[in-house]
Parts: sequence; structure tokens; C-alpha cells
Amino acid sequence: MTVLAAYLPTPEGNAAFTAALAEAGRRQERLVVLNTPREGALVSADLADEDTVAALVERATAAGVDVEFRQEAHAGDLADEVVRVAEAVDASVIVIGLRRRSPVGKLIMGSAAQRILLDADRPVLAVKP
Amino acid sequence: MDFAPVLHGFGVVLEPTNLLYCLIGVVIGMLIGVLPGLGPAATIAILLPVTFGIEPVTAVIMLAGIFYGAQYGGTITSVLLRLPGEASSVVTVFDGHAMARQGRAGTALGIAAIGSFVGGTVSIIALTLVAPLVAGFALDFGPPEYTALALLGILLVATISSGGRLKAVIAACVGLLLATVGQDGFTGAERFTFDNLSLADGLDFVPIAMGLFGLGEILYNLEERHRAAQAPVAVANVWPSRADLRQSSGAIGRGSLVGFVLGILPGGGATLSSLAAYALEKRRAKHPERFGKGAVEGVAAPETANNAAATSSFIPLLTLGIPANATMAVIFGALLIQGVTPGPQLVEQDPDLFWGVVNSMYIGNILLLIMSIPLVGLFVKILKVRATILAPVTVLITLIGVYTVRNSVFDIGLVIVFGALGYLMKKLGFDPGPLVLAFVLGSLLEESLRRSLLIFDGDATGFFTRPISGTLFVAFLLVALLPPLRTALRRRRPAAVPSETATQDKELV
Repeated sequence: MTVLAAYLPTPEGNAAFTAALAEAGRRQERLVVLNTPREGALVSADLADEDTVAALVERATAAGVDVEFRQEAHAGDLADEVVRVAEAVDASVIVIGLRRRSPVGKLIMGSAAQRILLDADRPVLAVKP
Repeated sequence: MDFAPVLHGFGVVLEPTNLLYCLIGVVIGMLIGVLPGLGPAATIAILLPVTFGIEPVTAVIMLAGIFYGAQYGGTITSVLLRLPGEASSVVTVFDGHAMARQGRAGTALGIAAIGSFVGGTVSIIALTLVAPLVAGFALDFGPPEYTALALLGILLVATISSGGRLKAVIAACVGLLLATVGQDGFTGAERFTFDNLSLADGLDFVPIAMGLFGLGEILYNLEERHRAAQAPVAVANVWPSRADLRQSSGAIGRGSLVGFVLGILPGGGATLSSLAAYALEKRRAKHPERFGKGAVEGVAAPETANNAAATSSFIPLLTLGIPANATMAVIFGALLIQGVTPGPQLVEQDPDLFWGVVNSMYIGNILLLIMSIPLVGLFVKILKVRATILAPVTVLITLIGVYTVRNSVFDIGLVIVFGALGYLMKKLGFDPGPLVLAFVLGSLLEESLRRSLLIFDGDATGFFTRPISGTLFVAFLLVALLPPLRTALRRRRPAAVPSETATQDKELV
């Protein structure tokens, strides 16, 4: 069993990582960090650069948690990808970061977090920065 | 030399419309320089219909801006992301990205911009001095000389082009064949028209260029969209230090020279000259092992050379009417659309156009120097656009564009057919450049060949009786026969070690 953190280089993503780290320590499980940009573009702001990844790995190691970073690009919907990876790594909990979004914004943009909450067949921990 | 038309050319450039189009051209050039896949030849081909409604000078100023602007833009992604945006920036990746990893990305970009500016400017000054001389010399050319020149041009492009000499020659032959479609200019007979009215006038250049370069390129790139994304990078400290400048000044000087000379040669162009300049610096360096690990000269030399070459490749086009590479072939097509026939008479007959275009390059280079450094972040942002959005938009623009030229649905079909052809050619390792070039030169070649045979009463040895055409034909034979002879000789001796840059020699148009 593992703890899956959906990570983005944003305050929400950092909050998710922090919470996932604590959760992995508490459950004595491996931490899988999913940081996946959408395929097709050459540069993606969703992808964490090497320095950020190194810093996060260091934080996990300091906390005594075994961590794995997944940074492959995904096709299609982000929520589907998170749910798929959660199944693949047999996650006991998915940790995601929530951002504030107005009702109109959600109507237009949709919400990946909501889709994960509804679609996942396992516990989801949603945290705020 | 008479400088009055040169100065008058500045008057032409400084007209607000021309200044605006120069700016538009260099901005588009930089943008597509940043985008890997879409090269200057493709962009110019796609934008050909846009140039329809504007003055010839203005149109060519814009298209030229795209060409040399792309040389600036290609550097940015080479340095920051290890992705050469342009074939001519492939060698910049080695040292440019190494510098970026050492936290000197700004320095690399600054040096590249300064080198590009110097190379471009040196090349324009040389062009100003050389072009009228060449044109004056070429005024004496008759049909036999043009036959020889066209043949030599096609052959050189085929020889130097990437993807194997045989494949390039095949592509060139297909181009020549396509050029014969339509009515025979001498006898009026119809050739390869299959009783189709749309083919009676021959194939138009615009749909062929738009298909092969535009659509073919887009289709080919769609295949590569699974390339992994990269995290964005921040750039700081753009101004190179005085020590860096001193270290690279020699490289910039030599790069300008190499670029200028190689740019004039048919088939040379920006890609080859950047490779040559890099190889030259590496050979000259006291510590060649520094190269590939962030040597400033390794960025300065190729970037200078590709800009110098982009500028000097206008010389054969504007003075002889012979395009030196694929991009020049597309600009040649643009000129023909405008009713301007490039050739030796251009300097005399249309000095406004000639000097307007040449002098616009000074302005364009200054604009690029100003823009390239502060706007790097902005240009890198365009890489965030996904191919699934970019490609359909480009295809749509291409198809609408080709329709507007002659309001002909047949042309849309042609673009699609040639797009498929271009895609298959790229996939099978054929370079579409020689095809387009041979197509453009095909009608010139046929016309001058038949005219000279009429002059010689059908005696082909007549070509060797005239000094200039004789020399050119001897050169043609040398270029044609030397490589097979060398391979035959090499087969006897143990295989020589191929140069390491040869593998990088890939003309991306």
C-alpha cells in the first residue's frame, strides 16, 4: 500500500505534499508523488523542475519516508490519470490540494479535484494551502 | 559604386508601412524560430497568400524578416531547453545548454544575440558591396549561362542536402518533372495535363510550397508530440561580461566570414554554416575539450554564422535569380507572385525593391537585438501551447490562405496532396527542399536550355564554347562526379573516420 500525492508546483500542490508526507509517516507507507503535465506541449508550467523535485525528495528522506516521483505526461483528463495511477500503485489514500474556485469559474472550467473526489474508489484527503 | 540608390533604399525602408511589416516579419520569425518543427520555409510558404495584397517591397521585407528572425529565435530554445527550434541552431545546443546548466543561460543568449547582430550586419554590408558587382557581371549572361547556373544550383543543393545524395537527386528530379506540367512555352503543346483545365497553366508554386513545407511539416510534427514536456526556466543576467565578450570576439569575426561565404553557395545556407563555424572554432581552440561543456565561443560562432548566412543567401537570389536554398526558393516564389522576376536586372530596374529589402535587414537586425533579450520569457511561453491546438489552427490558415490566392478549390486539393507527399518524404528521409528548388528552377532551366539549343542549332557542345557556361559546366561535372569517385577510392582504403558534425547535418525547413 502507498500514499499517492497529486503534486503541482503551486501552494496547493505544496500543501498536498506536506499532508501526504505526514500521512505516509503515520501509516508507515511508501509515498508516490504524481506530477504529470498534459502531453503535447513542449513546456509545461505544471511540471516541477529538477531543483524542486530534489528539494521535495530531500524533505521526504529527512522525514524517513520512501518516496517515488512520477513525472510522465498524461493524455486526456487529469482526474482519470490520478485515479488510474492510484489503482496502479494500490494507494490507500489519495492526497490532493484544493484551490478556491467561484461557482461560475467551476461551471466553466470544471474541477479536476471534484472529479477525483467522485471517481476515486478509495479515500481522498483534500487539503487547502 | 553609386551610393545614391543605396541611400534611397533607406528612404523606402523608413516608410511607416515598411517599418511595420519589418517588425511583423521579425516578430513572426522569432516566434517560429522558437517553435521546433515550424521552420522559416514553412512559415513563409504559409504566409505567401498574405503577401498578395501588399506592395512587393513590403512583402519581401516581411518575408526576409521571418527568415533571419528565425535564426535569432532558434537559439532561445537551444540554450534553455536543449530543443533546437531551428536546424541552424542544432550545434548551439552543445555549449548553449551546457552554459544554461551552469546558470549562465543569460550570458549565452546575450552572446548569441550580439553575435547574430554582428554577423547579420557584417553580411549586409558585404552584400551591399558585392551584390551590384555580381549583378553587373551577370548582366552578360545568356541562356547557356543560365542553363549551367540552374543545373549547378540544383545539383549543389542536392549534394549538400541531408538525407542522402541519391534521395535528394530523386527529389530534385521529381521537382523538375512537376515543372514540366502544363503548356509548353515554345510549341504550345499540353504536357501531363490529362485534359484537366486546372492543370493547363501548369502547377502553381504556392500550393506546392504550402503543401510540402506547411502541411507536410505539421503532419510530421504531430507524430512527435509525445515528446516529454519540460519545466519552464527563468532567465536572469542577460548581459555578457566583458571577459565573455573578449573571449568570443574572435569567434564572432570568424563566424561572420564563414557564414557569409557559405550562405552564398547554393545549398549552403544557415544550417551548414553554423556547423562549419562550430567545427572551425573547435579546431582553432587551444583547449578543444572545453567545447560541449559551456564554451562561449561554441555559442558565438554558430549563431553569428547562421545569421550571416541567412543574409548572404539573398545574393544569388537577388542578383542571379537563382535561389540558394529552400527558404530562398519560397521567397523567389513570392517575388514571382508579385510580378517581380529576380535577376541581374533587378538592381538597375527596380532599385527601390532591391535596396529597400537589403537595407531593411539593418533595421530588422536592430529590432531583433532590442527584442531578443528582454522578450525571451515571452517567446518561451509559446512553447506551452499544445500541438493539438497549434496544428489545426495552422492547417486551417494554410487551407484558407491557398484558397484566397485564386479562389480555386483545386488548389486546396493540391495542398493536401503535396502535404501528404511532404509528410511521406520526411518520413522516408527525403528532404523536400531540393524538390521545391528544382520546381522553381525547372521552368528557368527548360526555357534557357531550349533557347540555347536553338542558338547552338541543337549542338550540345556549344555550351563548352562559351567561357562562362563552359566553366560552370566543368564545375557541374566536378560536383556530379567527385563524390562517387571519392567513395570508390575510399572503398579501396580502410574507411576514414567520419567527422562528428556530419551526423548533425540535418536541414529542417
